[in-house]
This record gives sequence, structure tokens and C-alpha cells, in this order.
Amino acid sequence: MFKKILSMCVAVVMVLALCVSMASCDQSEDDFKLGVILLHDEASTYDLNFIEAVNRAAAELGLSEEQVIFKKNIPESNECYEAAADLVDEGCDIIFADSFGHETYLLKAAKEFTDVQFCHATGTMAHTEKLSNFHNAFASIYEGRFLAGVAAGMKLNEMIADGTITADQAKMGYVGAFTFAEVISGYTSFYLGAKYVCPEVTMEVQFTGSWYDEIKEKDAATALINNGCVLISQHADSMGAPSVCEEKNVPNVSYNGSTLASCPNTFIVSSKIDWTPYFVYICESVQNGTEIAVDWTGTLSTGSVALTDVNTTAAAEGTQAKIDEIREKLISGEVKVFDVSTFTVLGENLTSYMADVDTDAAYTKDTEVIADGYFHESEYRAAPYFDIQIDGITLLNTNFG
Amino acid sequence: MKMREKTHELPFHVVKRDTMPFWKSMTIRIVAVVAALLLCSVLSVFMINANPFEFIETMIDGVLGSSRRLWKFAKDASILLCIALAVTPAFRMRFWNIGAEGQTLIGALASVGVAYYLGDHVPNGPLLILMFVASILAGAIWGCVPAIFKAKWNTNETLFTLMMNYVASGLVAYFLLLWTPSGSSVLGALSVGHLPVIGHEYLLLIVAVLVLTAIVYIYLHYTKQGYEISVVGESENTARYIGIGVGKVIIRTMIVSGAICGLAGFLIVGALDHSVTTTTVGGMGFTAIMVSWLAKFNPLVMIGTSAFITFMQQGSAQITTRFNIDSAFPDIVVGIVLFFIIGCEFFISYSLKFRESKKKGEKE
Repeated sequence: MFKKILSMCVAVVMVLALCVSMASCDQSEDDFKLGVILLHDEASTYDLNFIEAVNRAAAELGLSEEQVIFKKNIPESNECYEAAADLVDEGCDIIFADSFGHETYLLKAAKEFTDVQFCHATGTMAHTEKLSNFHNAFASIYEGRFLAGVAAGMKLNEMIADGTITADQAKMGYVGAFTFAEVISGYTSFYLGAKYVCPEVTMEVQFTGSWYDEIKEKDAATALINNGCVLISQHADSMGAPSVCEEKNVPNVSYNGSTLASCPNTFIVSSKIDWTPYFVYICESVQNGTEIAVDWTGTLSTGSVALTDVNTTAAAEGTQAKIDEIREKLISGEVKVFDVSTFTVLGENLTSYMADVDTDAAYTKDTEVIADGYFHESEYRAAPYFDIQIDGITLLNTNFG
Repeated sequence: MKMREKTHELPFHVVKRDTMPFWKSMTIRIVAVVAALLLCSVLSVFMINANPFEFIETMIDGVLGSSRRLWKFAKDASILLCIALAVTPAFRMRFWNIGAEGQTLIGALASVGVAYYLGDHVPNGPLLILMFVASILAGAIWGCVPAIFKAKWNTNETLFTLMMNYVASGLVAYFLLLWTPSGSSVLGALSVGHLPVIGHEYLLLIVAVLVLTAIVYIYLHYTKQGYEISVVGESENTARYIGIGVGKVIIRTMIVSGAICGLAGFLIVGALDHSVTTTTVGGMGFTAIMVSWLAKFNPLVMIGTSAFITFMQQGSAQITTRFNIDSAFPDIVVGIVLFFIIGCEFFISYSLKFRESKKKGEKE
């Protein structure tokens, strides 16, 4: 009996071995392929945003399922290099990685496989490494946050006008993840957007020290509301802050997607990065044989910075019209988000600021970023580097990790 | 007698088997694995619309599909084997060390720390030696602290070693913060402290772990200390009776365990990542327990079990990629296979005796 089973097993294994060798033959070599390395999988809103963008871009370009390969749950270690090398073996022409910590390992692959293009979101090293096949990308999300801030300012104006609060009570609260450039740039642009329409506004920021911690985000939002904040926004990935706002009926400006479904009475608007234009751009560049930009910054005009529809239940009247108006001004350059005449640092207007644009171990402040009356965010490299504490915003704590 | 009538008895009872011949137990294991894979294949038809052959073919392709994948497989299995070797001495003396994750992580942190602070001042050769020593020391300390508490005050080693994992992870988070003033906590690969590449990139690491396997095997089976470990594991009282200092053996063995974990951390940093994050070990400290247990704590058999578990992991990762499905499915596959194996171990050690007839029972 055992012998029979054993011989059957051997037969099955031999058939399988045959299948494997057959399968490796029928892959055609000429097809264009895109490989995508993800830190987590669909369960993370961050990675889901990339997966959806890849799928939309693939539909737009008419790529088949076989032409897009996902590698999910790849940690920020040598595994990223291994995944990239494996994608090269699979015949990928472009390999994209989505997490900040993937960068040095993707760079290692880029140096080894010079005929494959490597693209990395949120990274900072492409413009100093100067490899022809390694590229960074980010989006000027500060423009989206500025517009979201405008919606917040409109709401504050409405509350002042109907007597709910006085002008000096126009204080917003902001729940941030970590005290570093990406978050600082985000809340400052949000604040400046609100200030653009409501000059009296002030803001308090509380950090949680985590990208995703529902309890901490809830606690932070509750503390801010108890502190007298009449409107909340956040830069962290859980539903913590929006759900507290809905519970306490405090208006909320969201990030990275609409929270309308669970917060129908308090959700105003949300900004997010849409990566679809970037994926279309890199695929078309390779198919047409043109160069991919070393540092690509998606903007309002490329469609990379997007706002959801305004929720008219919670938002002030005329919000959508105002957003559309200022959106046009941002695109034309008439309004600059980080216009130095609109904010002060310790009571004075900035005329010069050195930022840490080129990555080095000592974090040297190496580049002058103020010129022509505004702070040039995401222009010298795609990833944010605005890290100034401006007047009107009070940090209740700091948290670097 | 009336009470007796109402008692419900199971139709069978469990009896410990006599030792089974090796070939027979091995056949049962192989049949269990094949049965598990068949079940997974059938599941794959319903859940991911793949035919069963495609499913198994993809798993094999994920491991043997290219020479690069084969090397990765050998490398991953080696790292897992190294950590499994580390937990084995402690397990043989029934010291349930579930802190290999933290012991390896602290070893990795020590290596990165040395490379970070001394990298610019010390040439690569001496730097590697310093990293090696630092890792081994750090791992040994992490292993030895719970052992001292166990030996002196009989604290629960399972909880203690588990807690040490969190301390290690907290320390890594702290140092990453210290080393990255931008606040991103991403150190990235360091350019110093790389182990030399001999032949293939991973060859040195694989050979080192195989040599270590032989050393641990000899240590456990042919030395006095190895014998002492076995005696303490069988019965602490016997050990005391024949004059073995139980506390001393516990502490010494955990230093060995921790030091091997530290070595694994050094290999991960020096040969692969050149960096550290809180997820550097990625759960291998726990998977290694499975590797060691499946091999009945025999280092040579562990080569096979670590290869098997790595095969399952790498193969099922390929399934996620190929069929573009949620990564929960591979976890289900690995779970089913392990369930079958653990189940068959039960039937290798015990047998079910069915009661012959009810009347016979009533006569008694």
C-alpha cells in the first residue's frame, strides 16, 4: 500500500517538474512589464493608495494582468533588493518601491541592473546619486493641504459670523504622526490655507509618534478639543481623529481619502496624493524611450494632488467655489503656499533659509530655499523639506519616533 | 452500578506507542505533507481560481525558478537555521526560551552601533571583528539575564524571555531616533562593515551556518556540557543527585543560546542588511522554535526542517505575486501544512485503541 502511494507521489512530483520547465519557456521576452514593491498589502491605506493607482494606470495604458507584478509585504531591508532583483529576472522594465526605507536597497539594485529603470516614492537620494536609472517622486501635497485649509478657514468664518465663536476663539487642532519635515510641511500649509481666508486663526498640534495608532489619535483629538480647538485635521492613518470629531460634532478636515461614510455630519473635505499620473508617466516614458525625470513632483496641474468633493452638510456655504478659485490661482502661480509675506517666525518675516535638501549623514543644511518671495518646497527635490516652526502654530509636544 | 450506566465513554482511548521504526515515521510525515498540499490545492481552486497543479507548480517555481531564487532560499533557510540552532541547547534542557527574536535583534543592533560609531575610524577588517564580538556579547547578555533570574529565583523563563524581546525592540527604536536627526527613523544601508564576498554574495553566510550546525551537533551530542544539558532536561533532581550544578548549566547554556542569536544578528547586518530596524528579525525568532521542535532538537535534522519551512514561506509568497491575491492566503497554506505535521506527530507518538465492545466493559 505504502509503495503504491509512494510511487504515485513520485509520479506527481515528476509531472510538476515538467510543468515548471514548460512554464518557464512560454514567457515572451518583448512585453513591457512593471514591477511594484510594497511595504505592506491592501490592509494598509498607504499601500492600497499605490495599488489602486497602479491598477488605474494599467487600465489607462491597456496593460494586461501579466504585465504588472506586485511584491507585497517587502520589509525595508535587503529583501527589497532581493525582490527588485527577482523582478528583473521576471523581465520588468520599471521597478517601483513605495516606502521611504526601501531606498538604499533599491539603489543597490539600480547600480547592478543598469538597463532597468528604478522609481522610488518619497525618497531623497536620486538627485545626489546621479544614476541615469534611479528616480525619486513625490507630490506637492502641500497645495492640496492648502486648499483643504481654505475649506477649514471658510468654516471658521461661518462660525464667527453666526456667533458660535468669537474671532479670537478661531483655534484649530491638528493631530500629527511625527515631528519631521513631511508632517511639518503638511500642517503648516494647512494652517496657511486657513489663514488665507481667516486671518485670525491659530492652531495647536499634538503628535502621536506613530503612523497608525487609533487610540493615541483619539486621545490627541480629544485633548485638542478639550483645549478649545473648534476644528480638527490630522496627518496619521487611522480613523481615530475623525471618529472623535463625529462623536463630539466638531468639523474635521481629513487626509488620504474621504471619511464621509463614517462621519456624515462633520467631514468637510480631504486631500490626497493620486499616484496614477506618475505610473502613466513612467510607463509611457519607457515605452517611448524618453528619460524619466530624476525628481518628479506631481502637482495640482498634473492631477497628482487631488481633493475629494466637499461635504455640503458640514462645510460652509460657497466652499467649493472658493476652493476652485484658489486652485486656479495656485496653478497659475498667482498664489504661493509658502509665501514668506504671509507668515512670520518669532515675529519676523523670513528672507533666507537653508534646508537639508541633499541627504548626508550629518543632516547638513545645504541649500537656500527662499527666493522670489516664497519658500520653494518640493522644487529642489520632490520629498518635503519645509521644517520651520512658524508663528500662530503651537506644538503641544514633539515626537520623533 | 446505575451511575456507571450513565457514564459516556469515548469509543477509543489514547495509548503511547512503542518507538516506531524511523522509515515508518518518516513515511507518515511525508504522507501528511502531501495530504496537506493536496488540501491546499483543492482550496486554491475555490479561493484563487487556480488549478491545483498551477498552485504547486507556482510554489516550486518560487523557490527553484531561477538560480537567484535558489540562492535566496538557501540564504533564508540558513539564517532561520542559525537562530534555530541558538534556541536548541536551551530547549534540550526544557528551558523555554522564546526570546530568540530579541537576542538576535540586540545582536544586530550591536553590530550596527559599532559600524555607525567606529566605521569612519577603523579599517574594515578590525571593524568586522569588533562588530562580531559586540553582537555575540549583546546576544549573550540578552540570553543570560533571564537565565540568572531562573537559576537564582526560579522566575518564569517564558515570560521573561518574551519581555526581553520588547526591550530589545524599544532600544532599536531609540537608537534609530538618535541616529536619524530628521526624525524619519530610517537609517538605510551603511557603507561600512560589509562582510567580504567569497564566490556568491550569500556563500560565506551559508557556509558559516553549516559549520556552526556541525559544531552545535558535536557540542550537544559528544561533549560533557552537552550531556549535562540533556540530564538537566530529563530531570533536574537526577542532575542534582549526580552532582551537576543545575543553575550553572542553565546560565551557561543560555549564554551559548544568546551568543548564537547574536551571531545570527551579526550575519544579518554584516552580510545582508547593513542596517537595523525594529522588524529586522521579522518573526524568525519564533519560527525558529518550530524548526527546532520539528527536528526533535537535532541540529542535523534542522537543516531539513528549516529548508522545509523556508520553502513553504518563499513558495507561498510567490503565490501571492503570481495570482495577485491577498497575502492571507499563503498564511493559510503554511498554517494547514503545519497543522498536518503537528497532527501526524501526535499519531506517531500515540495510537488510538478502539473499545472492542460495550458489553465487555459492563462486565468489569
